[in-house]
Amino acid sequence: MKEYPEKPDTVYYFGTCLIDMFYPQAGMAGLNLIRREGIRVIFPQEQTCCGQPAYNSGFFKEAKKVALQQIRLFAEDYPIVVPSGSCAGMMKHHYPYLFAEDSNLDAVKRFSNRIVELSEFLVQVLKIKLEDRGRPVKVTWHSSCHALREMGVIEDSKSLIRQLKNVELVELLNENECCGFGGTFAVKQPDISGAMVADKVEDIRQTGASRLLAGDCGCLINISGAMEYQNLPVKGQHLAEFIWERIDGK
Amino acid sequence: MANNIGFDFTQNVSRALKDKQLRKNFKFAMGNFILKRQQIFPDKNETERLRESGKAIKKRALSKLPHLLEQLEEKCTRNGIQVHWAETTAEANQHVLRIMQAHSATRLVKGKSMVSEEMGLNEFLDQNGIEATETDLGEFIIQLNNEKPSHIIVPAIHKNKKQIAQIFHQKIPATPYTEDVEALNAIARKTLRQKFFDAQIGLSGVNMAVAETGTLCLVENEGNGRMCTTVPPVHIAVMGLEKVVEKLADVPPLLRLLTGSATGQLITTYVNMITSPRKNGEKDGPKEVHLIILDNGRSEILADPELRQTLQCIRCGTCLNHCPVYTRIGGHAYGFVYPGPIGKILNPQVEGLKKAGILATASSLCEACAEVCPVKIPIPQLLRRLRNEAYTREPSCTVKECGCQQNLIDSLAWKGWEVINTRSRLNAIGRKIMGVVGSKIPPLGPLKLWNRYRIPPKFARKSLHQLVKEQGVENE
Amino acid sequence: MSNRSRDRILSRLHGAGKQVSSPAAAASDLPFEKLGRDEKIGKLKNFMEAVRTEVHVVDSQNWIEPLKGILKKREIKTLLYAPQTAIGDTLQKHWPGEDENDGLPELVTYLGQIENFKDRLFHTDAAITSTLGGIAETGAVILWPDKKEPRSMSLVPPVHIAVLDADKIFNTFGEAMQTQNWPEKMPTNAVLISGPSKTADIELILAFGVHGPKELIVLILS
Repeated sequence: MKEYPEKPDTVYYFGTCLIDMFYPQAGMAGLNLIRREGIRVIFPQEQTCCGQPAYNSGFFKEAKKVALQQIRLFAEDYPIVVPSGSCAGMMKHHYPYLFAEDSNLDAVKRFSNRIVELSEFLVQVLKIKLEDRGRPVKVTWHSSCHALREMGVIEDSKSLIRQLKNVELVELLNENECCGFGGTFAVKQPDISGAMVADKVEDIRQTGASRLLAGDCGCLINISGAMEYQNLPVKGQHLAEFIWERIDGK
Repeated sequence: MANNIGFDFTQNVSRALKDKQLRKNFKFAMGNFILKRQQIFPDKNETERLRESGKAIKKRALSKLPHLLEQLEEKCTRNGIQVHWAETTAEANQHVLRIMQAHSATRLVKGKSMVSEEMGLNEFLDQNGIEATETDLGEFIIQLNNEKPSHIIVPAIHKNKKQIAQIFHQKIPATPYTEDVEALNAIARKTLRQKFFDAQIGLSGVNMAVAETGTLCLVENEGNGRMCTTVPPVHIAVMGLEKVVEKLADVPPLLRLLTGSATGQLITTYVNMITSPRKNGEKDGPKEVHLIILDNGRSEILADPELRQTLQCIRCGTCLNHCPVYTRIGGHAYGFVYPGPIGKILNPQVEGLKKAGILATASSLCEACAEVCPVKIPIPQLLRRLRNEAYTREPSCTVKECGCQQNLIDSLAWKGWEVINTRSRLNAIGRKIMGVVGSKIPPLGPLKLWNRYRIPPKFARKSLHQLVKEQGVENE
Repeated sequence: MSNRSRDRILSRLHGAGKQVSSPAAAASDLPFEKLGRDEKIGKLKNFMEAVRTEVHVVDSQNWIEPLKGILKKREIKTLLYAPQTAIGDTLQKHWPGEDENDGLPELVTYLGQIENFKDRLFHTDAAITSTLGGIAETGAVILWPDKKEPRSMSLVPPVHIAVLDADKIFNTFGEAMQTQNWPEKMPTNAVLISGPSKTADIELILAFGVHGPKELIVLILS
């Protein structure tokens, strides 16, 4: 059973590099959802990347250097909210592994213990209540692998969608199957990755939904890019951005 | 025995992905297996306890591996089982040949054994004038068609009824074409029954070898394994050295995990436990039982505290069933004896990173395998480790041919990435630049590969860093 | 040659072990539900029937009559059994003489070693054996073939009839091993049997009756 802190006064926000580069609106939406609950959010401007791309590719030394940089920036004892299951998973579960033999291990563990993914923070800590002001829409949800298997936050994410009463959630047939992104996997094994994302797009097509929601931007750039390539007129959107739109916060 | 010199993974993958029938067959089969596993392990908490138990049993065995093997040898020998050791697959093959020649035997019946595939036993025996007949139905089918197994548990899963009917009709004399499964089974049963009757020597694998009592445990559904280990006067068992467990009491939990994970069964039709050859006064069973213990790189794997987890594997095949990559490319594409996630961590360690390291890249690290592995091998973690070993040449590296992937381009690229992500001002400049020119990047290198199946993402004009600053969010 | 390999392998393994400390010994026993006699019978019956075993709960004082019915229905011509066993003696006592033609099979015994009996064995219609017990959790009978009841009896003839004492049904495999103290006395061959032989190697379509018996009939003596 996971344990969550009480509602804090202050949190850190780790934006993630993909959100920074491609989906900054999603990042802002997540941040705003937290501020809306009266919580002070600190966004250290020097943050960059959690280090996962290098780590997954086998470049541990480089990943560690980048990881250490982030750890130094989030020094106070506030929860660190992350709008991505895979980045949260990296910082929560893989940092202790990376630094297992390192003298910084204690500091790393203190950092990792404070990592919370956005959905679980909104649901389990803030117990957020959402009022849907949008028009009826049919959406479908993709479970990012690390949000599902490392962070276990899928039910939290889906419960947020279900709070929106004009939103019809149609589940994917193979909701839990990997979309094929895998970071550098998409370019190291492009054809296998292509086959996986093609199947995911076909699944989405079958639902008849007009939006594809996910909590991870790696999955989003992959699936959205493939949907567009196949001329499927479905919009891929980060859950935070979608929620912010629906509750009409602008 | 060198597996697959000249193995071209990229070509294999390309071929497999284009093969519509193959993809259809595998999608159907793997979906089925996934469902079966869910049904046989319905209670999450109970399943977790069971998996923890399985992991503990295997870890305990590995922590005492040499002692247990010595104990196994001692018990087996005392019970009359002759134990042979083989460092390499070539040696193991020689052991089998010697035993066959000692009995002037030219006909061998085989139960399913992945270790015997590792040995390339059938080809070796064939070169020495010995007929080795596969008796497991799946193995029988692919042997007729001169193919290798594509799955650890169901070797002919890449074939559908039509294809099998064709194989039987063409390769078994006087056999009409029929797609009726009962009829196909009856044909196999009739053909093999004669082989069992005539067999001079029977060969099997070993699912678990119990050190406490010197007992070889085998599981099966068809009865061919019992036939091979009961009817002929000589039985040869081949096993990887990591298959030994400490106590008899370790068997029931592992058994439950194995049968549940492999075929979604509570128990197989038969659980066969062999402790000695025919004793005085007994009327049947082999008069001679041989156990060949094979190393083939396993002892080196044990030396690495992290990678030794590879040896926890009980060969259930469930990682294959849940792998989105395996489902799409099938078993043959992997080019080595063991396909799927277990193959991706095992083959590079045994065959070396130069030849087999590419397999470790064929994963999106989705963790579907780790989620279901009955003995909780952290496969994605070991894949990352292998990727690291491929690019690192240091004394701490333990995998064969470590550092073989090291190259200037990758080293510079990741160093560049490190620099950009540790110097925030550089990072900010980089973001601004990409915001302007990002969409104008020519589709070269990785981008070209990305664009094969997708439109590239658009760089935002203003990064999150900028938006946050504009909103006046605190920096510290 | 094997000895040198042995030494090299073991030396590598011993060297490797030095890196890792032994994990705490894990309890291999997992908790299990202890059922009553009738519940165990029910559970075993259900699981075995699910894999196409024919299970009959019969009166332990009179199991011969039901057996005769089973054999007659299938027109079994030869029944292999083991004399000088409890069930063998009962069978002999209640079987008609050679002259009487009841539609019952001829009782056949294992003549000497398999080498001399193979042909007959492969052409026998059915065999009947005793069992050491049963396992309710997974639905299986336990056989410990011995000098009197060779293991090929429960393997070669297409029909296998297993006689199970209802009082010897254990909750789990682990319980059976512990209660009967298996580690001290493992036989040449011990086998668990849950049903007739089967395969799903062709498109995962289940088909029964491959190399082991096509039919398994269990008589639970209650």
